[in-house]
Order: sequence, then structure tokens, then C-alpha cells
Amino acid sequence: MHIASIAFKSRATRALGDTQLQGVLKRYGSGFADKRGAARERFGAEAFEALRVASAAIRDRALENLDAWLLRFEAEATRRGTTVLWAEDAAAVNRLVLEICARHAVKKAIKSKSMVSEEAGLNTALEENGITPVETDLGEYIIQLAKEPPSHIIAPAIHKDKDQVSDLFAKHHGRPRLTDIEALTREARLMLRGHFLTADLGVSGGNFLVAETGSVAIVTNEGNGRMVTTVPRVHVAITGIEKVLPTLEDLSTLNRVLPRSATGQDISNYFSILTGPRREGDADGPEHMYVILVDGGRTELIGSELSEMLRCIRCGACMNHCPVYQTVGGHAYGWVYPGPMGSVLTPVFNGIENALDLPQASTLCGACHVACPVRIPLPELLRRLRERQVVARLRPWQERAGIAAWSFVAQRPRLYALATGIAARVLRFLGGASGRITRLPFAAGWTQMRDFPAPEGRTFRDLYAARKPRRTGQSLTR
Amino acid sequence: MNVALFVTCLVDLMRPRIGFATLELLEAAGCTVTVPDVQTCCGQPGWNSGDRASARALAERVIATFEPFEYVVAPSGSCAGMLRTHYADLFPADAAWRTRAEALGAKTFELTDFLVNVAKFSTPAGGWTGRATYHDSCSGLRELGVKAQPRALLARLPGVQLTEMKDCETCCGFGGTFSVKFGEIAGAMAETKCGHIADTGAEAVVLGDLGCMLNIEGRLRRRGDSTTQVLHVAEVLASGGGQAD
Repeated sequence: MHIASIAFKSRATRALGDTQLQGVLKRYGSGFADKRGAARERFGAEAFEALRVASAAIRDRALENLDAWLLRFEAEATRRGTTVLWAEDAAAVNRLVLEICARHAVKKAIKSKSMVSEEAGLNTALEENGITPVETDLGEYIIQLAKEPPSHIIAPAIHKDKDQVSDLFAKHHGRPRLTDIEALTREARLMLRGHFLTADLGVSGGNFLVAETGSVAIVTNEGNGRMVTTVPRVHVAITGIEKVLPTLEDLSTLNRVLPRSATGQDISNYFSILTGPRREGDADGPEHMYVILVDGGRTELIGSELSEMLRCIRCGACMNHCPVYQTVGGHAYGWVYPGPMGSVLTPVFNGIENALDLPQASTLCGACHVACPVRIPLPELLRRLRERQVVARLRPWQERAGIAAWSFVAQRPRLYALATGIAARVLRFLGGASGRITRLPFAAGWTQMRDFPAPEGRTFRDLYAARKPRRTGQSLTR
Repeated sequence: MNVALFVTCLVDLMRPRIGFATLELLEAAGCTVTVPDVQTCCGQPGWNSGDRASARALAERVIATFEPFEYVVAPSGSCAGMLRTHYADLFPADAAWRTRAEALGAKTFELTDFLVNVAKFSTPAGGWTGRATYHDSCSGLRELGVKAQPRALLARLPGVQLTEMKDCETCCGFGGTFSVKFGEIAGAMAETKCGHIADTGAEAVVLGDLGCMLNIEGRLRRRGDSTTQVLHVAEVLASGGGQAD
């Protein structure tokens, strides 16, 4: 997928001025977060916190021996008739899928939601090679019609309102415009039904891989995932190498925490464990099953100071709880993954220099860390990326000079007292009678939308020194 | 109790009266308070900007200055959180500085946390009366667990009626340098916060951190609200609304 993350700031500006988008964000903004909170209460807040600890430990155990678990997965999957393929990058994903298409004479591919296929830009690659990709997740279907990328990893069309969907469907389906949500959904089902029955290939993601059984686990709500993975002759699951879990027992634990964190559901409507193609006597299932294990930058994280990011189970809780994401929406982030997890992954996968704003575009408020089902310290990872930017000299000189000057002065208490004493007076003067500064020369970003409250005029240290004799405590002078 | 007051750079520069209110509260709680005059900044701007070296240089100064005291108290969850939860990370695992950083962190407290949980103080004089709503500052809330403490103290003041706002735990959009780098986004986040404050009909929003205070007050005034007060919790708890003298 095209990487526009370098333009975060201008994309955010556009998003802030988009009244339709702002309306959607305000209406649905806290919906998932509220539902997650309710699910946590139902589960028992304390028990849920213990579940997060257990889930993080399971992910760490898998990641500590990632190579071994992946090889175990490959062996077990192969033993059960699945073909396991390895893709180093996005280009390799597309090449492997096209090879599979050629081998099985595929003309039409139906897809259930797969963010890794978004990383690779698979739909474009299929179209360029004469194969029709049809997204069957309702949200993905909507944005495929609109020719837009997803704006959320589990609710890809969350940026669209009902009117926009009505218009899109009327235009693309060539039928009377519907306005009722149930009727719109029914029409989408009707349109998709034919595709389900005529596709040669089903492409899915994989929420988890189970090493001990060679299975792919898929968590969905619409039933399309089950159609995609069982109806066509060929099924390809595309997923990241980090998704492996050692055992089914581990899967059971993670499946307690994932839906609750994502949508606030105790369990998703559908939960599939796919283990190999159709066997003799099976009622359904594909004739051929492939799993493509994708690196795509993930091995860069192993052993690095960002390695906790590999725990991520793609639930979307971090963006649901992120006040920045909730203010600008997902498209501002410019690539597949938005919000806090995207702000870590995008620079790692696509180059730190191609996403300079993303690690900075966070107040480090910590809401994501608290919500993350596998306790990824996202604010700390963003901060570590900021350190990488500083070390690589990728920050603007004004910023570097500002921090350096502040540090220089703050290490010299007398100079500091002098400088802050002057600053307090000057800013007090600038504030005038109202005590409000409407334009700050060196921090124009602040006064764009806010006044800067003027200081009182003298520093605490000045005032305290003047009245010190009356105090019981003593000042420590060095 | 022998307490060193970490004034914080923003209180020192912007709102000395909050420093004096803090001093008054600590003394009312029975503490002997010292204000080391060589103190400057905790180093958080460098730390959050990825400038580890400058953060570490300032942290070493803070550690050396404040380690002789029994407790260190700051009228800020953000600065107290820096000392308590981040200082150790500035030093390699085996460094002597790390041990000193951990020791300092363990005795550093946010003001209301200290008053309630360490000093067991429950009789604030109260210098302000009216209807208020409380904004939970991010670092205090999520790094230090400051949530019930300020509310418990405010509940002791019969003249203060607290009405909770929607999303009181959501960030106001300050975020240190974020507020300047992404002025539009920060402004929009502050606008959302101000809307929730206005919805409560409160005469004042009370909070525990200067960053949030400047951010929220700045947006309130810009959106044309010249009456809603923005008060540090110390100002409300101390006598005389925390006036300097």
C-alpha cells in the first residue's frame, strides 16, 4: 500500500476540517472503548487485569523462541496437508499469491479482512494480473467500492456514515437508494452471495497460528470469513510471523482477551480453527490450503528496544482509546496501521524517515498502554522511537537547539533563576491587562487555537526568597 | 516528616501561588518543608523528546539535590511521575546512579497522593467555594494512580460541590511539546475537553498539573469563556485560594 505517513500533519489538518468525518468521530468515537470497559466489568476488573498479564506472558513465551515455534507450526501444518510458504516482504506475498493463482487457474478471489494483505497491496497486484478481488467483510466491501484504504484495523469503514454508504451502494449496485441499515446490509449480502459461490480462491488473514496443531485461527463477526475459507477450491491465509502461539490452551486464553478488548464482546460471532484442507469424508473445506508467513519488517523488531511490539494481536484497543486517533481518524496516519500501534509499526516497517511525525503525534497520555490486552508499553515505545530520531539527527535543528538550550540553562541554577525571572516579567507584560497572550513568537503552534495564559510576573523562587525568614523550613544552599 | 518541595519549573515560572498553596498544605499536614533553591527542571522535556543525554544530566542534579530528604513532594503528577517511574530508566542496570534514582523515586510523591496516603491529612482549610469539576491529568492518573486522593480531599470541603464531567480521564491535548508541534490537534482535543467542562455547569475545573492547566485555560479563553476558573487542586485546598500572602 502507498505510504503517505510523512504527510501526517497536513492529512490531520484536512481531517480536522472534514465536518462529515468529525461528525462520525464524535458520534462513534468512544463506542468501542465503552464496550470494552463494560466487558471488563462483566469479566471482573481484577480478573481481566490478570488475564492481560497472562496473555502478555503467553505472547512473550512464543516470541522468545519464535523460530522454533514457527518451524513447529510449519511441520504440523505440512503434516496435515497445508502448504506453508514464507514471504520476506510485501513483494514476496504478492508473488506467492499470484503463483498460487496461476497454479489453480484462479480468476476471482474473495477476501475476508486481512491487514497483512493491505500491507502488501495485494488487491492491486491481483487486479493487475487479471484476477478480480472481492472484499467480503462489510466494512472492507464498502471501502473497496469507495476505493479507499481502511481507517481502522477492525472497523475499516468507521470513517463513513450511513448516507455515504447509501450513495455508494446505489451507484455501484445500480438499484434504488436504500437508507435503512438492515436493508443496506441485506443488499450487500445479496451482492456478495454470487461472489462466494463463483470464486476460485479465498484469501483470509489469521488472528493466530497454533504451533502444536499447525492451525490458523480466525476471529470474525460476519460469517464471511467462514465462507471465504471453506467455499472456494483454494484457501490462502496470509499472516505475520509473530502471530504464532505454542498451544491450543494458549489460544483459548488469547481468545478470551481479544474480542473483549476489540469490540467488548465476550466472544466473537464466529471463531474458526482451520487445520488443513478438506479431508476424505469432510462435508466442506477447500481442496488446497496455503499459509503465507510474512516477515515484512517484523524480524527488525526481534531483540530490539521495540520488541514488545511483536506481542500485538491487532485488536484496535489502542486506537479506540487514543485521543489523537479519535480526533483525526485513521487516514491521517497514512498507511495500513493507524493509532498508537501504527505509529510504532509504520516507521519500523517502512523506514523511520518515512514517518517522522508518527512517534511524535502522541501526548504519551498512556490510555493505550492501559487498554492493551498484551500490555505493550506503547507510549514508551513511541518515546524510544523519538530517541532513534534524535540519534539519527532526524529532528529539526530548532527543536534540537531548543532542548539543548533548555538543558544548558537548567543545569545552571543561577542562570536559570535569572532567565526565568526575566521570562516571567516579559510574558506578564505580553499578557497585558487580560493576562492572555494571543500570539507566541516562538511557539506559534500553541496560539493557533489557544491563548497562552500569562504568568503571575515573579517566579516562586524570587517570592520565596523574599519571605523565607517567616518559614519553618530552611533553604538548602550549595 | 522532613519533606523537600519540588516546585516544578512551570509552577515556579507561571503560578507561584500554587507553590505557596502546596507549602501551606504540607505544613498543615505536619511536615517540615525545605525548598532547595538550586532546583530547576526534572528533565522531562528532554526525556519525552528523545534527548536522553540532557534528561540524564538534569536527573543527576535532581537526585543529588533531593536525596538527603525523607520525602520529595511535587504539585504535579507529571514531574513526580518522571522522578518515580522514569528516572531509573535513564541509567544502565548496574550503575550506582540507577540505585540512587530508584531510591529517590520510591520517596517521591504527587501532592494529593502524599497528603492522603503518607501524611494521612484530611483537614484542608479550603480557600475557594463553588461548583467544580475535576480533570484527571494523565501522568498522575496512569503512572501514579492519582484518582481518589484529590477527590477525597475536596470532599472534605463543604463549600465545594464536585460534578464529574464526561471523559474526565481523557487527555486534554497538552502532551508537552506535542501542544506546540501539533497545535491544531492539541487545540481540537482541548476544545473537546472544554465542551465537557462546560456541560457540567461548573464554575471551576480543578486539576493537578500545570501543563493541563495552561492548555485548558488557554482554550477556554480562546473559545470566549472568560469566567470558568482553572484551578490547581492545591489552590482549592489551601486557605485564601492560595494567594501568595
